[in-house]
Amino acid sequence: MEVLLFGIAKDIVGKSNLDISHIEKQPNSVGELMQVLKNKYPEFNKLSSLAIAVNGEYASKELSLQASDEIAIIPPVSGG
Amino acid sequence: MNKPIIEIVDSIDTNVVYDELSDAASGGICVFVGTVREFTNNEVVISLEFEAYKSMAIKEMEKIAFSASTKWNLNKIVIRHAVGVKKVKEAVVVVGASSAHRADCFEACRFLIDTLKENVPIWKKEFFKNKEVWVSAHP
Repeated sequence: MEVLLFGIAKDIVGKSNLDISHIEKQPNSVGELMQVLKNKYPEFNKLSSLAIAVNGEYASKELSLQASDEIAIIPPVSGG
Repeated sequence: MNKPIIEIVDSIDTNVVYDELSDAASGGICVFVGTVREFTNNEVVISLEFEAYKSMAIKEMEKIAFSASTKWNLNKIVIRHAVGVKKVKEAVVVVGASSAHRADCFEACRFLIDTLKENVPIWKKEFFKNKEVWVSAHP
């Protein structure tokens, strides 16, 4: 499972693409993935907000993840 | 309504938006241009850098245009955002709408930029002399 990273999330992790397929307990849902990331990278807890997009749409915590999904971490947006 | 013009580009030419929104059925055009400001909290900003999750950003911008078209009577809509490094005074975003009467395009224009700033996955980093800051990242 690969996760795309943008903005400050890219700086926190140190790359723009995070492969989490090697971790022991694979997250089954958006909420679980969020927890995995916050545990591994505590800096995520300090952000104003943190969202996850699945296949280009903002996803709820309950949404289940499939291996083929395009997953992205969306830190607080600041366009305009 | 005509198909909205929705783009993420490397640089914005503010001269084209009038022709893009101009329309025989419209009695008014309203445009907002977001630009790079030189100061944030009294500190000199050297440049801004914008990054987008492009495929999702386009989808979100399309949703905003659709939503505006259901709220107001609009003929044309433009939503265009730039990415990359932008210097002071450069345009970073242009949104606008045209409508038969001015109230619709005025209100829609405000909605377009306000909603873009809330929902569209684009990030801005401010470069100061001695530091770089992702805008809005921390409370």
